[in-house]
Amino acid sequence: MPETAFHCDRLVKRYGELVAVDHLSLSVQRGECFGLLGPNGAGKTTTIEILEGLLVPDEGSVEVLGLRWATHEHELRQRLGIQLQETQLADKLTVEETLRLFRSFYHRGREVAELLQLVELESKRGSWVSKLSGGQKQRLSVACALAGAPDLLFLDEPTTGLDPQSRRQLWGILDRFRAGGGTILLTTHYMDEAEVLCDRVAIVDKGKVIALDTPKALIASLGEPKVITHHGTLEDVFMSLTGRLLREE
Amino acid sequence: MSRGGASHPLVELTMARLREIFREPEALFWAFIFPILMSVAMAVAFPSSDSAPVPVGVRQGEGAEALRASLAASKSVAPRIVAAGEEEAALRDGDVDLVVVPGTPPTYRYDPGRAESRAARLVLDDALKRAGGRADPWTAVEQHVTVPGSRYVDWLIPGLVGMGIIATSVWGIAFSIVQARMRKLLKRMVASPMRKSHYLLAQVLARLLFLLPEVAVPLLFGRYVIGMPLRGSLVALTVVSLVGALSCGAIGLLAASRTKTFEAVSGLVNLILLPMWIASGVFFSASRFPDALQPFVQALPLTALVDALRAVVLEGATLPAVAGELAILAFWGIVPFVIALKVFRWR
Repeated sequence: MPETAFHCDRLVKRYGELVAVDHLSLSVQRGECFGLLGPNGAGKTTTIEILEGLLVPDEGSVEVLGLRWATHEHELRQRLGIQLQETQLADKLTVEETLRLFRSFYHRGREVAELLQLVELESKRGSWVSKLSGGQKQRLSVACALAGAPDLLFLDEPTTGLDPQSRRQLWGILDRFRAGGGTILLTTHYMDEAEVLCDRVAIVDKGKVIALDTPKALIASLGEPKVITHHGTLEDVFMSLTGRLLREE
Repeated sequence: MSRGGASHPLVELTMARLREIFREPEALFWAFIFPILMSVAMAVAFPSSDSAPVPVGVRQGEGAEALRASLAASKSVAPRIVAAGEEEAALRDGDVDLVVVPGTPPTYRYDPGRAESRAARLVLDDALKRAGGRADPWTAVEQHVTVPGSRYVDWLIPGLVGMGIIATSVWGIAFSIVQARMRKLLKRMVASPMRKSHYLLAQVLARLLFLLPEVAVPLLFGRYVIGMPLRGSLVALTVVSLVGALSCGAIGLLAASRTKTFEAVSGLVNLILLPMWIASGVFFSASRFPDALQPFVQALPLTALVDALRAVVLEGATLPAVAGELAILAFWGIVPFVIALKVFRWR
């Protein structure tokens, strides 16, 4: 019987007039890789930050690893790995110093040297963070999230802005984490990323889940591809559901 | 508890902060080079030999050169020829303390409101009358007494040390926190199991380790190069500096507790510090302010810090003797700290 990694029930978060998250419910099993897919402003980040205990919802309930934020914050923080959008790590610390710092917060987890190896940054261990490429910075950020050997990993747009090679490198790291039994929740607006990584995907628009299934089933639900030469993608799913493009500028 | 090769989080956080400071050339300049430059500037501006000749101007014209030559023979006056048009400017800028117009009798032009000019008048008058063949009825026996610590520079150095302590405490802590907030690093840190108290404590600890050179460099320079007395005990000096740095650090913490941009925090910190540069008696005695303002002036943290440092350094005051100043500093440490913890935004 699969155990629940986290679930949330009818979450609501308002910012003044704007309803960022609108009665959103999710349930994710241990060992799953679950994707939140949607355009900018759909409420993905607000949802993931509520699950991470960084935002308090106006309505609804959250349970992570069978615990609640109000009563078990410290224990949860020890067992979760969190990577935020737009965090800039300290420029003038080296890769190794940054990892040592984050590793020191956790009671359990890998040696710093192992973490460096895991994210393929051994050759950069002595470099200042400011000297790293975008992909290397992102791998370091994920390594900080993995420092406490988490049961559950939250990633908010982990590959946004990365070149294809760096993205594949990061996917490899996430695959290895899952092979060790870890659970992942990630947000993305890259269709191919969700298709490659995720067991199930929730398509979020205007704070609501408008579709939830495996990537394959979602694509199959489109029925006959409208264009013969083109295989259906999650992009098409989003378009058929909303009549809009996923990444419209 | 295994930390996978890392030390206690408080140690790692403090080390991280110290590394950031030491890898920032500007921070090193302000902490180490600036106090030395300031002290050197003070030593040059206020040389310890106080028998410097009095600068006196001689108005250009008939007999000016002869008068200048006879004055130059006297060691107590440093005469120079001044064109009539430059006289006012030379007096105003303090290039000369007095201008003498050659003639019989000569004319002394000076501002009796300036202490230096009144002294220059006496010295010049004496030199001129001696040169004119005055016979003195008697010559007084002179005893030259130099009381260490009575010069302006001796008084100024502990003031500069106090100013340095408050500046580095408030700026250092406020800027590092606002920077971490702007980079979303603060938010990332609280998403980890890091204890918030460890983060704030590490900021303060790193700042205190930095205190040592900041206080020691100007005081030792003053002692061994300028000849300032250093009378207080090391314990008293350490306690006063630590209490001062801690309470100013709390003010920095409060300034940074909600600020989201460098512009906002710069404005706030300047608003806190600049009035104290003037009011707290760093460059001139705070007792010059009118009685009605004294309660406010005396309640300022920098006034308390500077007064306590001067008492310890120059008079050898013991800790009980500066208990009042320490109490004011403790107040400025505790109240902002409590407010800061209540209103602090980690996002």
